[in-house]
Amino acid sequence: MGLDADAVLTRHGRDRTRLLDMLWDIQRAWGHLPEDVVAGIAEGLGTTANDIRETASFYHFFHTTPGGRYRIYLADTVVARMRGYDEVRARLEQETGATFGGPPDPTGSFSLLDTPCVGLSDQEPAMLVDSVVFTRLRPGKVADIIAQLRAGATPEEVANPAGLPHDDVAYVDHLVETNVRTKGPVFFRYPTDYRSLIRDCLVLTPEQINERISESGLRGRGGAGFSTGLKWQLCRSARGERKHVICNADEGEPGTFKDRVLLTRSPKQVFAGMVIAAYAIGASNGIVYLRAEYSYLIDYLQRQLDEMRADGLLGPAMMGRKGFDFDIRLQVGGGSYVCGEESALIESCEGHRGTPRLKPPFPAQRGFLGEPTCIDNVESFATIARILEEGPEWFRAMGTADSAGTRLLSVAGDCSRPGIYEVEWGTTLSAVLELVGAQDPMAVQVAGPSGECVSVAADGARQIAFEDLACNGAFTVYGAQRDLLGIVREHLKFFVDESCGICVPCRVGNTELLRGVDRVMAGHAAHADLDEMVRWSQIIRGASRCGLGATSPKPFLSTLQRFPDIYRSRFRTPHGVMLASYDLDEALAGYDAAMRELEEDVS
Amino acid sequence: MTPDGAARVHASHELPATPPPAQTVEARAGKIPIATISLCGCWGCTLSILDLDERIIPLLDAVTITRSSLTDIKRISGRCAVGFVEGGVANEENIETLEHFREHCDVLISVGACSIWGGIPSLRNTVGLAACLREAYLDSPTRVPGSPPIIPRHEEIPRLTTTVRPCHEVVHMDYFISGCPPDGDAVFSVLSDLAAGRPVNLPTAITRFD
Ligand SMILES: Cc1cc2nc3c(=O)[nH]c(=O)nc-3n(C[C@H](O)[C@H](O)[C@H](O)COP(=O)(O)O)c2cc1C
Ligand code: SF4
Ligand code: SF4
Repeated sequence: MGLDADAVLTRHGRDRTRLLDMLWDIQRAWGHLPEDVVAGIAEGLGTTANDIRETASFYHFFHTTPGGRYRIYLADTVVARMRGYDEVRARLEQETGATFGGPPDPTGSFSLLDTPCVGLSDQEPAMLVDSVVFTRLRPGKVADIIAQLRAGATPEEVANPAGLPHDDVAYVDHLVETNVRTKGPVFFRYPTDYRSLIRDCLVLTPEQINERISESGLRGRGGAGFSTGLKWQLCRSARGERKHVICNADEGEPGTFKDRVLLTRSPKQVFAGMVIAAYAIGASNGIVYLRAEYSYLIDYLQRQLDEMRADGLLGPAMMGRKGFDFDIRLQVGGGSYVCGEESALIESCEGHRGTPRLKPPFPAQRGFLGEPTCIDNVESFATIARILEEGPEWFRAMGTADSAGTRLLSVAGDCSRPGIYEVEWGTTLSAVLELVGAQDPMAVQVAGPSGECVSVAADGARQIAFEDLACNGAFTVYGAQRDLLGIVREHLKFFVDESCGICVPCRVGNTELLRGVDRVMAGHAAHADLDEMVRWSQIIRGASRCGLGATSPKPFLSTLQRFPDIYRSRFRTPHGVMLASYDLDEALAGYDAAMRELEEDVS
Repeated sequence: MTPDGAARVHASHELPATPPPAQTVEARAGKIPIATISLCGCWGCTLSILDLDERIIPLLDAVTITRSSLTDIKRISGRCAVGFVEGGVANEENIETLEHFREHCDVLISVGACSIWGGIPSLRNTVGLAACLREAYLDSPTRVPGSPPIIPRHEEIPRLTTTVRPCHEVVHMDYFISGCPPDGDAVFSVLSDLAAGRPVNLPTAITRFD
């Protein structure tokens, strides 16, 4: 193995904040986190093994017990379920001899695990074999992959038989498609000379840059839509020796994949945006927090950063400017949706569990290591580079009064042309549906599970805009044949699984909502149950610490509003005073079952 | 008589009873009828009602207790303004009794942890009914050595439910008085509010335990 706890510690400077990197090294070398290595790391960091395990246990991809030689993570998403997920899943179990969520197969070769969306909704079903991705799965394709692995090939050899170098875009393109469907005005237009762009920016004062960003009207593209200019100014004026710029590439919202495509097609546009941010707020340290599901991008992105360093676009005294030192490193996550929330992301960057912090203080005031931190979405940074290229007026002229510019949509589901589309804010739902070749659409999940499920019939004229239908980029089309209630269940289950658990309303309430939907599906609910679920929703939304809890009841609430019949048609009429949701048959079945079970032991 | 001809055991409310004297009937007229019942609980909550101490005397000028857990009569004759329910739902008799209370009480109150969320009895939900019966009757350390392994089962014995559930999962409950058991002050506060026709106002001071 050639690696022990000490080597891992040394590689990462015995720095607790790099714990996730250490855990990845251990996991890659041993296949899990062996107790003695964890103990060694704990000792080296001056903490306890339980502390390390507690952190590791927060993340999907870290395992404290050995699994099969290969861990296969099949993405369980709403879109995958439209595309033959069930057959693929069954075939995986059949071919490997393992069961999902169960122990490895008897030969110890494979473990099968469920995972939420891996950012490939336009090419589902998809799976990761350790960190190697396979898309557009069919039962036959799965059988072939498993056969090759059994015959001794590594996942890497199966996926990349030509041995393309990992830092080459050809490798990334070979593994996944980018499906860019529109060119410009902001994205995917023509190659930009980032050297001259950054040089031109450095001629301006930081204040002038901040002014331009404010004038452009840019609002964050990560979901919340906070004014980027205002955030930068807050961060600039915050007191702190050192400041940080973090690019949020966690992209965990089921249905979005635009950040992956931006990082593949236009990484330097994103990094240029970060450099400009660093200059504008006075930051010296940059981090790209990349979700672990996108590990196939790591080498490619490292090479882009190396090229920028070689060009003098990163590093000390950039472009000869004394005092402007800025560099960027990649931080790979561990598998956790809530780590996309900015303060959870910062906790994760510091080597902790991804538990969101209480706000205020906001990251701009006290963020990474307690220092002022400007954290923005991948698309926000890419947009910034273009705003400074073309000017704020150019940008402001596009979109609507409250939503300047354009938005990248990650389109998937029932449509003939899934992929990435750039639309001006203000474009109507119907126009987007037409653009993407929607097939008999009934509903659209705008902004993923945390957004809204809208009705094509009732909401077609609504605009994609912060002031109307806010959208974080996910746009999933559901055709008339889809089971919306089943989709609501999937989404609620996602939030139950991904809640960090620190707030009781989020931890318990989402489970209650899921049980409520299960009751409706089983035909055991009456109107009163829905009222109860609405009350729970209000509690969850109002009393949760972070945006996960603030949005998690939306799959239920938005469908209740738009498609009440999916609930009503399954109501049961209560008999007498007993609640419809009380399952009398189930309640009375247990005793006879128990007696049967004990039959042999009683006289 | 049951179908197999065995003598049927009567429930308490089916037993012959002497009607109360006319005086008593008269004295009760105009008072607010209340009832209490113990489902699957330990009677601790019921005893909390006795913790009203001497306050119960003036209260009895306003209310009359038509049925109480102390007499163990499980059926109410006529309507009741308020029903107090101790304990959760753990067998089929609990279900029937709770339904009966719901049908006959204007206001139904869950009293105590067992009624509100299942409480101690619901710990059995985590092990399953078979394991629970095995532990109680077959593997029990108090089982007489050499005795035949028997789990009581008879049509007169209510079947246990698969899991113990809180009352509000079976019928609608109007109020909840928390505690294990709730303080006598809490019971008094709710009862006197209801008796005076005031909206129920249970100060958190009496229902917070930390
Ligand atoms: C549960 C949760 C998950 C989030 N996931 C992401 C994400 O994957 N990517 C992202 O950019 N923002 C995400 N956000 C929003 C971030 O907290 C933050 O608002 C954003 O990164 C700020 O960048 P912006 O101003 O450029 O939008 C998430 C928020 C919540 C509450
Ligand atoms: S709302 Fe949910 S995810 Fe967010 S901090 Fe609270 S428990 Fe964690
Ligand atoms: S809540 Fe406590 S006191 Fe009341 S019945 Fe249950 S165990 Fe007994």
